[in-house]
Amino acid sequence: MAIVTPMKTPAETSLEGAFARLRDTLPGAAAERRAAFARYAERGLPHRRVEEWKYTDLRAALRDAAPLAERPAAVPAGAPDLGAPRFLIANGHVLSAPASLPAGVTAVSLREALTAGHPALSALGDPLAAGNAAVELNTAFMTDGIILTVESGVTVTEPLHLAFVNEGSQPFATAARVLVMVGGGASVTLLETHQGPAGVAYQPNTMVEIVAGDGARVDHARLNGEGDAAIVLSSLSLRLGRETELTSVNGVFGAALSRHQVFATFAGESAKASINGLALLSRTQHADSTLVVDHAEPGGESRELFRTVVDDEAAGVFQGKIIVRQKAQKTDGRMMSGALLLGEASAMYNKPELEIFADDVACAHGATCGALDEDLLFYLMARGLPKPEAEALLLQAFVGEVVETVSNEAMREVLTGRIESWLKARAAR
Amino acid sequence: MPAVQETIDQVRAIDVSEYKYGFETLIESDKAPKGLNEDTVRFISAKKGDPEWMTEWRLDAFRRWQTMREPTWARVDYPPIDFQDAYYYAAPKSSAAPKSLDEIDPAILETYKKLGIPLREQEILAGVAPENRVAVDAVFDSVSVATTFKDELKKAGVIFCSISEAIREHPDLVRKYLGTVVPVTDNFYATLNSAVFTDGSFVYIPEGVRCPMELSTYFRINEKNTGQFERTLIIADKGSYVSYLEGCTAPMRDENQLHAAVVELIALDDAEIKYSTVQNWYPGDAEGRGGIYNFVTKRGDCRGRNAKISWTQVETGSAITWKYPSCILRGDGSRGEFYSIAVSNGMQQVDSGTKMIHLGKNTTSRIISKGISAGRSQNTYRGLVSAHRKATNARNFTNCDSLLIGDKCGAHTVPYIESKTSTAVFEHEATTSKISEDQMFYCLQRGLSEEEATALIVNGFVKDVLQQLPMEFAVEAQKLISISLEGSVG
Repeated sequence: MAIVTPMKTPAETSLEGAFARLRDTLPGAAAERRAAFARYAERGLPHRRVEEWKYTDLRAALRDAAPLAERPAAVPAGAPDLGAPRFLIANGHVLSAPASLPAGVTAVSLREALTAGHPALSALGDPLAAGNAAVELNTAFMTDGIILTVESGVTVTEPLHLAFVNEGSQPFATAARVLVMVGGGASVTLLETHQGPAGVAYQPNTMVEIVAGDGARVDHARLNGEGDAAIVLSSLSLRLGRETELTSVNGVFGAALSRHQVFATFAGESAKASINGLALLSRTQHADSTLVVDHAEPGGESRELFRTVVDDEAAGVFQGKIIVRQKAQKTDGRMMSGALLLGEASAMYNKPELEIFADDVACAHGATCGALDEDLLFYLMARGLPKPEAEALLLQAFVGEVVETVSNEAMREVLTGRIESWLKARAAR
Repeated sequence: MPAVQETIDQVRAIDVSEYKYGFETLIESDKAPKGLNEDTVRFISAKKGDPEWMTEWRLDAFRRWQTMREPTWARVDYPPIDFQDAYYYAAPKSSAAPKSLDEIDPAILETYKKLGIPLREQEILAGVAPENRVAVDAVFDSVSVATTFKDELKKAGVIFCSISEAIREHPDLVRKYLGTVVPVTDNFYATLNSAVFTDGSFVYIPEGVRCPMELSTYFRINEKNTGQFERTLIIADKGSYVSYLEGCTAPMRDENQLHAAVVELIALDDAEIKYSTVQNWYPGDAEGRGGIYNFVTKRGDCRGRNAKISWTQVETGSAITWKYPSCILRGDGSRGEFYSIAVSNGMQQVDSGTKMIHLGKNTTSRIISKGISAGRSQNTYRGLVSAHRKATNARNFTNCDSLLIGDKCGAHTVPYIESKTSTAVFEHEATTSKISEDQMFYCLQRGLSEEEATALIVNGFVKDVLQQLPMEFAVEAQKLISISLEGSVG
């Protein structure tokens, strides 16, 4: 039998060097960081032979690992105003927090929390994501972020905005981490926006963890408006208590390569979650949405709806895995991924997986991909719409279904605006 | 919703403890020395009377195999296999080239009789209407003991014989096609098979011929501690048609036995091959002792325009199944079909599915897969549908449903859907709730309850799949036919 000695890529070597250099200067959690880096280093950067990364070869994409960004001296401009209290996180460092927070909400920067050993840190880390390279690297390098706590029973009427802004002219890496603890029966809306410079191959790796107590309600929406050369990793961990209700929507427009991973655990009975996503891709963009939904307790209901539009030579990836444990009887899971391919060389990779160990459940998944429906186009054109407009209308309707699941109006408008400008740019080409 | 009682009873009727083909034929056999090395390969080659090129082909494969690793990606779990602790060749001693049935050991004839496989042509003619005749190639451990209706098939120009005979008698055809669909280097088990394959069937249907009868091979593992490595090669020349059936059983034993087959199908312009399997290898006992490890590579190549290959399988046996009958849709307008029902009981582990690889223009494929798991078994559907950039207007429809009976088993679905052309339309669904509202409305309107209506529609649908099986296998599949998939999960 041939013995294979893995060769380290320049990126893997840089990561090791960076960790050895920084591990004593990064704030707190030294043991956790070392353990996380060791778990990452066991397998190195994931490549196409690693099943979960089959369609997104991170090792090939990451030519070199850029240095971790310093805290910017000035406050970068350009973060969208969603009319909500806003935390500004620039290059992975918290630059500003709202002057006042809604009643029942407290926030502390992760840097302070790590240095002081904040009690909420015990909730950091998701067993479902253990061994995942993006997550382990975030844990090893996390620079700063926010720990948000919503007290039990509090309904927060104002949404909270986490604005991630990246700035720089040379490639850099970021590692921000956010933990949101939502108390039992509390209700909160979280908005995340991500943006950065065009033409710079920067490498953000963020992780957001939401721990929802029994009966909590959480609405979460995220916009990926990163720069066109960025290589973006993002992870979202959702841990749902009994009878919680959660929606999360991710809109992908930016980045050269992006991978958004969702790890959702139904830790209490009868929790409900809908996890949705849309992506509009052109040029040679590559966008990967990967989710693992783990129904550990009975009576859970999960809904996943993903819509991907792929133009030019871009590629879309959807990997969704629903796990139903033996105990999780009466689970109802439905997952749907739809893709429209517009360019001759566009590609879509779908992998909707089911792993079921309980016998009294209803689980379904569907995946479709194809071109725009000729009949629908013909119908619209017969009614006097020029072809580009007819196409735009159909595309808008296609991804609009996901936008509609965003409860916050300001965020919905931002997403709709991005969709319109994407369609305009397409028509102009 | 949970499975209905009727389904539970039917699955129980074919539970591992009910295995009916577990008897052993006591017969002396001629075996290769235990273990696997170049000498074993040469021994097999000599026994088969291989020409020089074939021996070299085997040795190349063997050398290649030594550098390969066992695949571990499938969702199956078993202790490491000691490839040196098995016999790679076993043949009934008396079988040295029997010229007629009278020369075959009566014990073997008795075995096939017990299995319900007709080897005497006159008996078949006497009992069954001529249109239902089946030509049989009976493979006992490592050798083909009999092939029926050879003469009549010859008149139609059809070649149907054991692969070792084909290597000797039709070397040009074999050299032209062998290993062109499943290359020697394809995967661990296919490479092993290429080195040590012993027997199997060879079919050649000449241009424009519709094969006058169904062809079938019946595989029987009898000897202890032996692996069976059969190789089947079917070539349908332009405009021809053939329907081929395969059945397999083995005695009950406490140790595991390896079965690593390779099946290659080649369909040229406008040809059609229909390949049906009822796989009923010994599944092991309720505690998971014994049973066959079934690691099979089956692949069809629609090499010509408008060629069609259809796989139908009913899988109830084997301790471990690792099997993905696939279609390469190379010719423009070609079509691939895969119909499967996999039932797992006891401690069985099934990881099965298909690959539809669309390369040509206007190619279409259809996948219907039903998995039923009971006991402590694990049943996985794993399938790939891919469209190459040049496969314009490729179409696929996939439907895979699974049903669990009891809370100690698992059902899993792992589909890969890869489209690299915007004109391809792929649809994948895994649900039973996809019954059309029209059908449902119609049934409800006529006074059926929703449950009855669902059962009726779903049953009708399953029967559709089973009707893909040729008549001859209907009896074996009978028990499965009426299995209701009510309560299916995705």
